Amino acid sequence: MAATSETVEQVQTLADDGYKHGFVTDIEMETAPKGLSEDTVRFISAKKNEPEWLLEWRLTAYRHWLTMPEPTWSKVSFPPIDYQDSYYFAAPKSDKDKPKSLDEIDPKLLETYEKLGIPLLEQEMLAGVAVDAVFDSVSVATTYKKKLEEVGVIFGSISDAIQTHPELIRKYLGSVVPYGDNKHAALNSAVFTDGSFVYIPKGVRCPMELSTYFRINAENTGQFERTLIIADEGSYVSYLEGCTAPQRDENQLHAAVVELVTLDDAEIKYSTVQNWYPGDEEGRGGIYNFVTKRGLCQGRNSKIAWTQVETGSAITWKYPSCILKGDNSIGEFYSVAITNNMQQADTGTKMIHIGKNTRSTIVSKGISAGRADQSYRGLVKILAGAEGARNHTQCDSLLIGDQCGAHTVPYIECANPTASVEHEATTAKINDDQLFYCQQRGLNEEEAVSLIVNGFCKDVMKTLPMEFAVEAQKLIGISLEGSVG
Amino acid sequence: MPLLEIQNLHATVGDKEILKGINLVIKPGQVHAIMGPNGSGKSTLSYILAGRDGYDVTKGEVLFDGKDLLSMPADERACAGLFLGFQYPVEIPGVATMTFLKTALNAVRAYRGDDPLDAMQFLNYVRERAMVLNVTDDMLRRALNVGFSGGEKKRNEILQMAVLEPRLAVLDETDSGLDIDALKIVAEGVNAMRTPERGMLVITHYQRLLNYIEPDHVHVLAQGRILQSGGKELALELEKNGYGDITGAEAA
Amino acid sequence: MSRNVTKLLPFVDEVQVSRPDDAPWTSALRQEGFNRYRESGLPTPRTEAWKYTNLRRLAGMNFAPNEAAPEGVAIPEDHLVKIDGFRAVVINGRFQANLSDLSGLPRGLRVEGLANMLRKSPALLEPLLGRIAIRDNRPLTALNAAHLDDGLCVFVEKGVVLDKPIHIVSIGAPCGDEAASFHPRLLVSLGAGSVATIVESHVGKGAYFSNGVAEFVVGADAVLNHYKVQEESDEAYHLADTTLRLEDRSTYDGFTFQSGGVLARNEIYACLDGENVDCRVNAAYLGAGKQHIDNTVFIDHVKPGSRSREVCKGVLDDQSRAVFQGKILVRKDAQKTDGFQLNKALLLSRGAEIDSKPELEIYADDVKCSHGATVGELDADALFYLRSRGIDTVAARNLLISAFVAEAVAEIQSETVRDAVSDMVQVKLEMRHEGRVNER
Repeated sequence: MAATSETVEQVQTLADDGYKHGFVTDIEMETAPKGLSEDTVRFISAKKNEPEWLLEWRLTAYRHWLTMPEPTWSKVSFPPIDYQDSYYFAAPKSDKDKPKSLDEIDPKLLETYEKLGIPLLEQEMLAGVAVDAVFDSVSVATTYKKKLEEVGVIFGSISDAIQTHPELIRKYLGSVVPYGDNKHAALNSAVFTDGSFVYIPKGVRCPMELSTYFRINAENTGQFERTLIIADEGSYVSYLEGCTAPQRDENQLHAAVVELVTLDDAEIKYSTVQNWYPGDEEGRGGIYNFVTKRGLCQGRNSKIAWTQVETGSAITWKYPSCILKGDNSIGEFYSVAITNNMQQADTGTKMIHIGKNTRSTIVSKGISAGRADQSYRGLVKILAGAEGARNHTQCDSLLIGDQCGAHTVPYIECANPTASVEHEATTAKINDDQLFYCQQRGLNEEEAVSLIVNGFCKDVMKTLPMEFAVEAQKLIGISLEGSVG
Repeated sequence: MPLLEIQNLHATVGDKEILKGINLVIKPGQVHAIMGPNGSGKSTLSYILAGRDGYDVTKGEVLFDGKDLLSMPADERACAGLFLGFQYPVEIPGVATMTFLKTALNAVRAYRGDDPLDAMQFLNYVRERAMVLNVTDDMLRRALNVGFSGGEKKRNEILQMAVLEPRLAVLDETDSGLDIDALKIVAEGVNAMRTPERGMLVITHYQRLLNYIEPDHVHVLAQGRILQSGGKELALELEKNGYGDITGAEAA
Repeated sequence: MSRNVTKLLPFVDEVQVSRPDDAPWTSALRQEGFNRYRESGLPTPRTEAWKYTNLRRLAGMNFAPNEAAPEGVAIPEDHLVKIDGFRAVVINGRFQANLSDLSGLPRGLRVEGLANMLRKSPALLEPLLGRIAIRDNRPLTALNAAHLDDGLCVFVEKGVVLDKPIHIVSIGAPCGDEAASFHPRLLVSLGAGSVATIVESHVGKGAYFSNGVAEFVVGADAVLNHYKVQEESDEAYHLADTTLRLEDRSTYDGFTFQSGGVLARNEIYACLDGENVDCRVNAAYLGAGKQHIDNTVFIDHVKPGSRSREVCKGVLDDQSRAVFQGKILVRKDAQKTDGFQLNKALLLSRGAEIDSKPELEIYADDVKCSHGATVGELDADALFYLRSRGIDTVAARNLLISAFVAEAVAEIQSETVRDAVSDMVQVKLEMRHEGRVNER
């Protein structure tokens, strides 16, 4: 298999190319003392001037976290996490006086964005995308706020929302992902520092894609984002989340929680491109990405669609899920995951069918190269009352090289005779005939592989919003084309 | 007495009204053709006649041999002599075509008060009819419609008609997907079944089939109603001028 | 918290690790099984492999001590697969020479009770017995080893081609008023290039717990057809662990039909420990009442160029529940593996449930592996098509149900056994149908 081994080499040259987005910005931090205790939780809550009930909720979550074992069922391995060896609160100093415009923003921060290729200064004029950029846990800039306000859309940091819309926060925070859901979610509930909050009022179609770029910056700072999106009756929003991180040697824990709620006839489309630092080719460094994402289709005819392109992180542990409670509600999960070198990814989804005529679609495409290990883990559960529920699952894995692994672990639980569940999965290597055909038509091997992989992922990529598709394709390019990237 | 009498038939699928007052009378021995553009309600009519679920008759009635057809379950309609040739015959893996034919024939015979055929009688009975339609033993051995080409499926439909000997055959787009040779075989099979007692309702989009199966009456179904009826020359007219003249829309 | 739950540890009181006539390795085998079982106890749903099958009720039952098989047990001929072959009868795990028909065994074929073999020729057993089913985390296999006592051995010498199947009839019966529990072991060894067909019929009356372990070695170029029909009594617990070691270029054609028992789990571990092995592990099941039927299959591709195929289809009525767990593991060296797995379940009734976990774990790149799983009710279009040809709803449903199961039965390669199993399934379906009609 000369062709394959060459491909492997090319994939491996990715490391030589280096991590494009790797650098460290030196900004003076105002941090909580290192380590985790009730005092840390109180410090964070006080720092954010939170109401009493929220502090209590955080403390309950913290106490519960202490009793929970680390989840061990996923197919990833890493040394035990020393939770006392991390900082749990870090905010850019300039946060104290929140900037009123971009002029007030720390120029060093703006420089950071420029290095990352995000033309924040130009966004207002060009992109038509409102950006709530999160730099080490605290929102520092929000654009297009005015335009959104006109239609009544609330889009900002969750810290702000806790002050300005406490009733919404109190009603929905933890309603989809309770603090006791899993160890990582419990930790997040105790120490989350910031994140985004979106509320789309009744009947409003959000006039633009909402976008947040997450960055991790400070040394040894776990990142605990908390995102809550509520789509009221008959509303629609498309939310984009993308991230990249500075290069470093030490592992970083990231335990985010995302909660989505759709009421009657509402729809949320949530798209993610994840390109955090994956560690070097020997597996040193890299982000631990332990995310709990879940959407509740509470209303009739509501819809939640997750799309993810996961190319980064040393370890990805992530299962964006849908609870289909409202009758006729729809859940979708589209995923591309690429693992290379020593990366590990255990990702998938859960579709819980509760309401009548609920439908779900799962399309998962995994590409494993180098010495990486990747698993699709999914649950389709049809409860006894879910008359006429439908699920279709397609999950395909592609292996590049003989040192990697690809695994498929679907769980199907069906307790309703009128339901229909279909699951298909395949695992194969890149098709030699396809490769040869492309080469015979003049593509070099690298281009051919890229072409075939892109074709392999097409069903997922086409669900991304246009603004995002380009970035996502670039990431797939970087991940697999090596020196071309 | 007419074989089939459709009176002011209205029907909906979900919230959508598809048939908006169909009237049609077919007497024994007659061949009627229903033509119409796509989406006019042709297939809906055939499914309602055969008793498929998912259609709500909101008004009107259908008499088959003087009996209320719509109150009969689908299999009783078949036993009573109503046959539907499907536009898209269903593939049923694991059910051998022969087993299927035998089960169906004996059900129909039982309804008529006839004894079931034994294995040998049945084999001869089917083979005789299969030969005419160029249906091979191999096809009969295979699972019902599984892996059959479009032409094979349609021949199999006509074979079933020949085996079950219905009083009224409703043939839904039997010509779709057939090349000219297959079309001739199918049409010959149908023509061989024409008798003074049997009625036929041939549903088609194109006039082509009617060159081979000559109808006594032609009806144009559009927007859920029969907009025009006439003799076989109406089909030729439609071929020349399209449906636009009749439906008032742009030519299709 | 899980650590506070006391372990479920029934069935150990009567364990007798060393016995008077033992070879030292036999006692060691029992001791090891006993230790392992005592460590783990009965599996609970907290164990991933037992997530969907709960043995709590079994653990709470009382069983008679595992002594001699009851007298005067009749062979329920009606419930056996109708095939012409050598017959070995086992009652409550104990081989019954007087009820068996092993006359005219050809040269190179040995069929004997395990207890007898352990006494007479332990040296022949030593390299095989307990050496094939050796995996960790198998509490019930360990429990079986702790009770090692009797069962059956089949040895087919190199190059021997059997023209008659060997029919193993396993009968369960209560001991007086008490339920019996037994832990039989089946050892089958096929020499290089040999060909054999083995059919297992599991039947019985009343309440009992059968915890069988079967070990198969299929030598290079050998062909084994292995068909199992599980028609235990409707109060029976049937737990079975079958381990296969398949050597170079061997062929294994396996099929399991399950419709008996109150709780049944048939677990198969196929180790494709050779190149170019052909392994087919197929199954069908019919569940009714409150039955729980579990098919768990693990196919381990160790070496290059082998094929595995697994088709499992089941029909669930009433409040019955089925579990399908199928895993294909392709190890690093097993390039050019071709693995296929299909699992389909038909739910006929409100209250029926299927839990399915088809799994692929792949470490070699030049492979072709796929699995498919579907759950649903009878196809409405097919039903209408049949009805539009005059077939009434009940008959049409039955036709579709038997066609559904027939697709799995059709996987059986031996024509005679296929026909016999097919007839049996048909009768079973008709019986169930009539039972239902009579209830009304």
